Amino acid sequence: MDQLYREAILDHYKYPRHKGHLDEPDVSYHDHNPFCGDEITLELQIVDGIVTDAAFDGRGCAISQASASMMTEEIIGKPLEELRSWTKEDILDLLGIEIGPVRLKCALLPLKALKAGVWGVEDWPHDE
Amino acid sequence: MTSIETIRKDFPILQRVVNGHQLAYLDNAATSQKPLAVLQAMDDYYRNTNANVHRGVHTLSEEATAQYEGARGRIGRFINAGSSKEIIFTRNATEAINLVAYSWGLDNLGPGDEVLITEMEHHANIVPWQLICQRTGATLRYVPIDAQGSLRLDLLDELLTERTRLFAFVAMSNVLGAINPAAELVARAHAVGALALVDAAQSVPHMPVDVQALDCDFLVFSSHKMCGPTGVGVLYGRRAALEEMSPFMGGGDMIREVHMDGSRWNSLPWKFEAGTPAIAEVIGLGAAVDYLSNLGMGWVREQEHALVSYAVEKLTQVEGLRIIGPSGEQRSGVAAFTLADIHPHDIAAILDSEGIAIRAGHHCAQPIHDHFGIAATARASFYFYNTFEEVDRLAAALEKVQSVFSF
Repeated sequence: MDQLYREAILDHYKYPRHKGHLDEPDVSYHDHNPFCGDEITLELQIVDGIVTDAAFDGRGCAISQASASMMTEEIIGKPLEELRSWTKEDILDLLGIEIGPVRLKCALLPLKALKAGVWGVEDWPHDE
Repeated sequence: MTSIETIRKDFPILQRVVNGHQLAYLDNAATSQKPLAVLQAMDDYYRNTNANVHRGVHTLSEEATAQYEGARGRIGRFINAGSSKEIIFTRNATEAINLVAYSWGLDNLGPGDEVLITEMEHHANIVPWQLICQRTGATLRYVPIDAQGSLRLDLLDELLTERTRLFAFVAMSNVLGAINPAAELVARAHAVGALALVDAAQSVPHMPVDVQALDCDFLVFSSHKMCGPTGVGVLYGRRAALEEMSPFMGGGDMIREVHMDGSRWNSLPWKFEAGTPAIAEVIGLGAAVDYLSNLGMGWVREQEHALVSYAVEKLTQVEGLRIIGPSGEQRSGVAAFTLADIHPHDIAAILDSEGIAIRAGHHCAQPIHDHFGIAATARASFYFYNTFEEVDRLAAALEKVQSVFSF
């Protein structure tokens, strides 16, 4: 537990960054994880291929919500071109924890919403 | 009575250490652990007897058939079936319900007919009826539950009518822990000329069940929730009802003769058992009912009732914890709860780090969670081998969850 619920994750869960909605998002995508009932709506503002603002709204377990908070914080200012190649490892690096296959779905929900919302990739992550 | 300590020695897995703590297995409504007697019965079958049943004239096949059919007889007696012809082996309780839905439902349901189920059903007793009603044009209706999570029996007169062809209900809810008055519900169904199917997946493992006293037409349960292996479920069917039904699946063993222009069916119970059955698993379930009979199902129920009463008392002392479902005598060994607004998966993950196994989610019963306006619950479910000390560990770990997530 001390590992899964480390301080930074609990901090992002309790005090989520960029939680809410953008005034005029260029991208808005809602996704959920039927196993947990986690929900997230991800919104992005994009200027010249760069994420200039991001917000999320949702509810769910600490892992999914902390992941969304950390990811929105991280992607602001980054070009989409760079984000396109993000993988599971990038999210796990942000979270700084190891995570079992079941809870991985919670952790990856925000990136799944990003890939679906921006590039229409519906089938990520593929089962490995 | 044998002490719990002695009983726990029959279950090797209970000695396991998980995340540095001795396992406290409180997920018994999902599946139970298996005693050595069951493991040994299956091992012995594969080491010494393995052969296909009902076919060979050689010694092994005769012995395998005798063990397989012997288990059927003992499993039938365990629920007081009038005849072992009324005991059909399936893959699980889900398949047993599907067998009735397809074999009986497709031939007997049509527009204007109604199937009545309840809001507290497991998905296994909802989805097959949705599928069959779609196919036949029949209407599916639900008995609602009240704010405490008990069936609205006051609405039964309105819902059970001459249009009702079948009333299918759960004897013991896997989420609410509610124990329904099964015999009364069967009688109410029969009074309007409907058949009654009892989903006994939670009740047969945890309390005495007598199908003749219930007077039900069908009753289903699963081996793996009652100390037996996975891969076997049981359909009890009243002989007259089963005789009239068409086969469910076709294949070997379920036929009397096969010709290019048609076939004739085998007699009961084999008419409904196409292909090679789960022989070792049925023998394992036979050993499981021997084990449970030896303990006594009345004792099992008392033991679990004592555990769950203690658990309810301890858990309600945890700040922000809310148990759903009825209380007192109406509650089985299940306690589903929410803890403030902490997600049940976070609760389960922290308990796991303490070696405590519980389930979190909607437990295949989404309509119940919709009723209470919650996405998921955490659920501790007990069996006779659990201890009061494990309940204490659960309560202490929940306090820890509370402190980790305190804002």
